[in-house]
Amino acid sequence: MTRAGFVVANLFRKKTRTILTLLSVTTAFLLFGLLQSLSHVFNAGADFVGATRLVTQARVSFTQPLPVGMLPKLEAVPGVARVTYSQWFGGVWQTNTQVFTFAVDAPSYHDVYPEWVMPEDQWKAFTATRTAMLAGRLLADQYGWKVGQKIPLSSNIYPQKNGSKSWEFDLVGIYDGKDENWKKQTNAVFINHDYFDEATLFGKDRTNFFIIKLAPGASGEAVSKTIDGMFENSPDETKTQTEKEFNLGFVKQIGDIGLMVRWILFAVFFTLLLVVGNTMAQSVRERVPELAVLKTLGFSDTDVLGLVLAEAGALCVAGGLLGLTLASVAGGMVEKATGGQFQLPVDAFVWSVGIAAILLMSIAVGLLPALRAQRLKIVDALAGR
Amino acid sequence: MFKQVSAITGINLRSIPERWASSLVIVIGLAGVVAVFTALLAMATGFESTLKATGRSDEAIVMRGGSDAEINSGLDRQSDDLIEQAPGIRRGADGKPLASAEMLAIAELVRKDDVKNGANIALRGVEPTAFALRPQLKLVDGRNFSLGLRELIVGRGVQRQFKGIELGKVVRMRGSDWTVVGVFESGDAHESELWTDINVARTTFARTGSSSVLAALEGPDGFDKLKRALAADPRLTVDVESQRDYFSGQTKQFRQTIGVLAGLVTAIMALGAVFAALNSMYAAVAARGKEIATLRAIGFGGLPVVASVMIEALLLALIGGLLGAVIAYVLFDHLTVSTLGQNFTQVVFSFKVTPELVFRGLLMSMIIGLAGGLLPAIRAARLPVTVALRAS
Repeated sequence: MTRAGFVVANLFRKKTRTILTLLSVTTAFLLFGLLQSLSHVFNAGADFVGATRLVTQARVSFTQPLPVGMLPKLEAVPGVARVTYSQWFGGVWQTNTQVFTFAVDAPSYHDVYPEWVMPEDQWKAFTATRTAMLAGRLLADQYGWKVGQKIPLSSNIYPQKNGSKSWEFDLVGIYDGKDENWKKQTNAVFINHDYFDEATLFGKDRTNFFIIKLAPGASGEAVSKTIDGMFENSPDETKTQTEKEFNLGFVKQIGDIGLMVRWILFAVFFTLLLVVGNTMAQSVRERVPELAVLKTLGFSDTDVLGLVLAEAGALCVAGGLLGLTLASVAGGMVEKATGGQFQLPVDAFVWSVGIAAILLMSIAVGLLPALRAQRLKIVDALAGR
Repeated sequence: MFKQVSAITGINLRSIPERWASSLVIVIGLAGVVAVFTALLAMATGFESTLKATGRSDEAIVMRGGSDAEINSGLDRQSDDLIEQAPGIRRGADGKPLASAEMLAIAELVRKDDVKNGANIALRGVEPTAFALRPQLKLVDGRNFSLGLRELIVGRGVQRQFKGIELGKVVRMRGSDWTVVGVFESGDAHESELWTDINVARTTFARTGSSSVLAALEGPDGFDKLKRALAADPRLTVDVESQRDYFSGQTKQFRQTIGVLAGLVTAIMALGAVFAALNSMYAAVAARGKEIATLRAIGFGGLPVVASVMIEALLLALIGGLLGAVIAYVLFDHLTVSTLGQNFTQVVFSFKVTPELVFRGLLMSMIIGLAGGLLPAIRAARLPVTVALRAS
């Protein structure tokens, strides 16, 4: 019998116990995968967003709009390649579903965001049609929107000049992302800022964000400083940061989710440590005479230590990998069920943290029983002392 | 029968100290589940009670039609006046309507444990009647803001969580300096806000009207009167809602999110705990196999054996549940955190571990104990006496 075979045979000596322990480990790592993913989403934000773009907002808050008239001043700053702007429209679909809707300047938006992929004639139609609207692939799929349809969308902020908050737009294009990460972000609607200005009762010539594309080699920090310096002490003081920082700050607003998740993870792990640790200790206790026989046959202390550690490791690895796999499946299901609005990616990062946790766990639960097995004195063990 | 049960159970329980390690697994496992469950729901309860405390049924909030939240709403000066003079509004001691036009703007402050990422904080510009409309609000430090000056009073909650707003500090907003002159407590959502004179807020934020009008209602039919009058006025397009409904409505989404999270996390943890409990109880039964068989041989029935194992499992589960509740209480009760509310601003609130939550946690731990004890109990009772006695 090989050593691996020996370990497996020992594990299946008490089938019920092994299976139950395995299942405990599996549920723990299922939870671990999901929570780690949640925590990662809340702490890191969208870290694939490059640092080549800056976002300028009102320093007091991004909900306070800035005058669009600032545009030429921003464009003149050295190191700035292109500037676009985008205003929160407060879009509401049907009765009560919020839709991320932004009024944007079409031509410059296309230049600043090459990550959005769409046929060029649809971009042209967006610029040319006053009442045009673009929808992200995820959103269009979720609500069954097709190019050519008229989409009624109300705003919970802006009434039209006739006092009505119901707006209607022509869907001229559906954009997609250039890669997996960007595809997952396609859940917003864009409308023409020019048309918005023309039709709205108030809030004309204003925007919440200027988005700046840096010239190659330009320093984001220097450009930020110059811009914020230009408007210092005016009512429209600005705050300019990289897009990544902006996203991170936005996500952090949701609050102390990370703290909560860490507490739960701690509770899960502590519990798991105890369950598996106890099982291992028990199984070693029961086999003291056998281990003594092994040593009598010439297995060294280190061999016995290794055998017990391998048993603990096999349980943790099998259960852990199964749990992480289930977590990946569950994360995918959550994404599907919410139409991509809520994402729980159990990705390479989560897997690598998970595997590290599995290894740590194996050592933590296996070490004490293994040391006990290693230190057994043959005479005492055989005599049942 | 009862005598048999109590006799076997007594023996079982007295032998727990000899096999404390595996019993501890059940206790700790359930303590973990109950602690997590209670803590998550305590968060939802705390958020809900903070918002509910803000809303009174004898006051109404008026916003522009279809706004959902104050931050989206905007009323012009003329609308403010029309609303404040409408019928159905109670009059104060001075004979004037008890109503306050309020303007909500958002400022960014940095959380105490953060370095630079700002979080949205509500800045509420109010008329002097605002204080009469909220008798729960008390100044606890410093003084009230002076009309016409750039002065702020800040909620105790927001002051606990965010930097730079201690008494006497200066806050920069839109190119001007604002001094913090007072601190207030109200035990509700207003404690997450900064307050100032509405006219100063209007000038600074370049606005003319308000976000909402809060009005005290005149008697039980005041609400209908006000609603009818405002609906009939062609110059206005507004929504009228009782303040209680407005704030209760805001808790729905948070409650749902936390509910789903708590449900999912607890379900998975509970499943793990059932496996662990099964494991321990099987081990307990196996360790006492001979003993149980001996009892059966001298005439004890199968049912008392089942009952005794179940009682042991339930007792351990109860201890675990209690331990979990205590952990949740000690670590989380009154823990203050903040999250985004309806107005896209931070709402500061404290966790609330209520007796009802503890009861639900204990109930859950008993169910898990039951699930973990049943199968091992049946196995113990069914094992043929001869086989068990011969086992080594």
